[in-house]
Amino acid sequence: MTDTPLARIRNFSIIAHIDHGKSTLADRLIQACGALTDREMTNQVLDNMELERERGITIKAQTVRLAYRAKDGQTYALNLMDTPGHVDFAYEVSRSLAACEGSLLVVDASQGVEAQTLANVYQAIDANHEIVPVLNKIDLPAADPERVKAQIEDVIGLPADDAVMISAKTGLNIEGVLEALVTRLPPPTGDASAPLKALIVDSWYDAYLGVVILIRVKDGRIRKAQKIRMMARSSTHIVEQVGLFTPKMVAVDDLGPGEMGYLTAAIKTVADIAIGDTITDDRSPAAEPLPGFKPSVPVVWCGLYPTDADDFEKLRDSLAKLRLNDASFHYEAETSAALGFGFRCGFLGMLHLEIIQERLSREFDLDLIATAPSVVYRLHKTNGETIELHNPADMPDPSQIDRMEEPWIKATILVPDDYLGGVLTLCNARRGEQIDLTYVGNRAMAVYRLPLNEVVFDFYDRLKSISRGYASFDYQMDGYAESDLVRISILVNADPVDALSFIAHRSVAENRGRAICAKLKELIPRQLFKIAIQAAIGSRIIARETLGALSKDVTAKCYGGDITRKRKLLEKQKEGKKRMRQFGKVEIPQSAFLAALKMDA
Amino acid sequence: MTEPLALYVHWPFCRSKCPYCDFNSHVRDALDEPRFARALIAELAWEAARLGPRPLASIFFGGGTPSLMSPDTVHALIEAATRHFPPLDGLEITLEANPTSVEAARLAGYREAGVNRLSLGVQALDEPALRFLGRQHSADDARAALEQARALFPRLSFDLIYARPGQTLAEWRAELERALAIAADHLSLYQLTIEPGTTFEAQYRAGRFTLPDEEEAAALYDLTVERAAASGLAAYEVSNFAQPGAESRHNLAYWTYGDYAGIGPGAHGRLSLGERLVATRRHRAPEPWAERVERAGHGSTEEETLSPRTRAREMLLMGLRLAGGVDLARLARRTELAFEACVDPVILRAALDEGYLVLEAERLSATAAGRRRLDALLPRLLV
Repeated sequence: MTDTPLARIRNFSIIAHIDHGKSTLADRLIQACGALTDREMTNQVLDNMELERERGITIKAQTVRLAYRAKDGQTYALNLMDTPGHVDFAYEVSRSLAACEGSLLVVDASQGVEAQTLANVYQAIDANHEIVPVLNKIDLPAADPERVKAQIEDVIGLPADDAVMISAKTGLNIEGVLEALVTRLPPPTGDASAPLKALIVDSWYDAYLGVVILIRVKDGRIRKAQKIRMMARSSTHIVEQVGLFTPKMVAVDDLGPGEMGYLTAAIKTVADIAIGDTITDDRSPAAEPLPGFKPSVPVVWCGLYPTDADDFEKLRDSLAKLRLNDASFHYEAETSAALGFGFRCGFLGMLHLEIIQERLSREFDLDLIATAPSVVYRLHKTNGETIELHNPADMPDPSQIDRMEEPWIKATILVPDDYLGGVLTLCNARRGEQIDLTYVGNRAMAVYRLPLNEVVFDFYDRLKSISRGYASFDYQMDGYAESDLVRISILVNADPVDALSFIAHRSVAENRGRAICAKLKELIPRQLFKIAIQAAIGSRIIARETLGALSKDVTAKCYGGDITRKRKLLEKQKEGKKRMRQFGKVEIPQSAFLAALKMDA
Repeated sequence: MTEPLALYVHWPFCRSKCPYCDFNSHVRDALDEPRFARALIAELAWEAARLGPRPLASIFFGGGTPSLMSPDTVHALIEAATRHFPPLDGLEITLEANPTSVEAARLAGYREAGVNRLSLGVQALDEPALRFLGRQHSADDARAALEQARALFPRLSFDLIYARPGQTLAEWRAELERALAIAADHLSLYQLTIEPGTTFEAQYRAGRFTLPDEEEAAALYDLTVERAAASGLAAYEVSNFAQPGAESRHNLAYWTYGDYAGIGPGAHGRLSLGERLVATRRHRAPEPWAERVERAGHGSTEEETLSPRTRAREMLLMGLRLAGGVDLARLARRTELAFEACVDPVILRAALDEGYLVLEAERLSATAAGRRRLDALLPRLLV
């Protein structure tokens, strides 16, 4: 079943901005090819985590092999490699693209091209993909296909005359998409008789199978019981199973050139696998590996702490389990005076951070506090040493610092003209440097260089609110530059709250310190004692707020029949105080930390 | 040292349930009063059998509405109590009564039965407020009952509820002045609080009314303390005001963590039994309680021996409600814990510095500022 000739294989991915209908289109393609029965078909198959667990379909790789009988009478194997649409996962996108020869560029026929579309499509062009533009939602009254086609040509520089016009929602012209895949995308190339070369696209952990590796075979064949070698790692394994996703996992005898599929080989953790590595046959190895990938590097770090100190071990176990499946995320134990025992965690970006946090709370039932996210600073000490710093607590005394550098990004923002003013103001307030400002129809495309630390600090939410959700945003890392950075400490009754300290550019330090103090004053409930909330750079206080003591809190009636109840209530309150963070005689509720950490500048 | 005994008798019945009340009270169409009287007397005898002849300092008839009991029942209970327990000089016998005309007609009977202190549930001197509070008497009824009671009882207290929805400082000042003008030697002045499971709780949650905020409540409280003091009634406890020497002896037993026996449905007690201090509790529902008494001689459910830590918490949480505070030597005796082992030293220091607590002459007491914030202070202070 995998001796499909190369000429009848097409490997493709779908590039789309969020909400432009990628998942719905994928569903329709699966449905049209009868890969799932109607009963099995639920909306957005590839995005459905429940379904993944229940039926052994995976979302991690999000790949599916479809059998399509084309108008030429031949049956084609169409391998769909789904790609995440978000900038944090640009790295994963590049991996997915490397396994395909072509892409569908899905654009909402009323919304037009968005920033994420741009970033991903440029990656596809870099990967030498043949790109088929698809205009979705053409059934909507607001659809303006001619304008959007012109946009694709102007902004991306792709001919769009032959764009496939569809409505994934209604199923209109899904056939047209399938035909375009067959007729317009090139088949893969490869040599079945050459030594095995298969690219490791992704891997994940499955409780039953161990590590599952998603591969794209370039040359040769890979089969069950074969002894394989990972070329970069030089490790060898015996293949237990090879198979395809239909989207259910279906074992096959072997996988030949051009095919996408999975293999298992009794591998314990994904950390044993290098994404981008080349698999070859141990006895007749290939001479050269396939071009690999750069390893992914965390760009955003934050502390994660259990709100209940008793959950520390559970958090450790949960992080280990997540790491089984996501080697791009890093963690190491750390201690905070304010928050107790926790972990310093590194992520590919803000969305990645949010996803991990969400999974920890949803899948592992953990209640967590996250400290303010920090980027990775490059710190040159006076003794000539250079350190990478992502935890404000580790910042050395200013006297030991020669100079500091911070990471910058190049951001592309597409926004309707009406909101451009607000967006430019935001970018300028965040120390942005404008590189380019052009128009795409009635929308402006602003290209800015921005310090990453200004972006992790609530930039995306602000952008959304300023543009009423119409702005789209994407970025790529753009090197380091020297910067005048300071650490701002937050003090509660003169005790520094380490979890709230942060690094910022000197020009915004005072404003931000003031804002946090004001916010904390709002968030901390009044207590028995008055509380001084201060922000400081070194020993210099830059902001101060005072929260008065509460004025009355006493039970009116308390007699002989009330003692037991009153005492039990008191014991419960004492228990509740364990969830508060004690600062001398002051307690700060978790909720105040959370809100202060989330706050806008 | 034998603790004197305070005896609490619970009469769990009311004509109607007040919307703010979360006490153990029940409304019955027909009531077999003799049956409950017999059961109370039986339970008293059972308690006396294990306690022995402790000196009796006070009896308190609470409820419910004890003024729904006939004077004969009250007499029989007082007679039985004083038979079992030798009365101390000045035995205080308090009965709670509602100022409806029906109940007022029985006041002389209670006095003859031996009651020497009456506590009238006046609650408000304002008609709309009385209706809001679900009371069955009018302000005139209240004044008439007070006048009558003054003539009959050597000691007299009444209750008011303030910090009601929409009540301004000026309105309460006027009502309080009227109350102080007709007060005898004692007043209980409670801020309205919303208790779980009450009609008010449901209404409050539904947004049917709002209560004064913390600042307004504080101002109302300060005004109350100040005006009462100006009339010669000192705030000897958070919500209780008395002329010197007129403090409720029975209630002081609770606040000083003395021994008290509680009989009747849902009644609580704290009793020294040998070396132990035991928390006692009676079955709450009246009829099943009576059945248990008839069957076993008592309606007690589980009894808990209190640990030193628990005793210390209870004694301090009650004692700090008193202006006089807690006698530290008594604390050590009653709890077997040194004072230093009962409190968090950081919070103690801060509360002393802040002027919430005073530690002198071997007593720890809360200042007016401290008592006003006691619920915030205690969970931090007590270990």
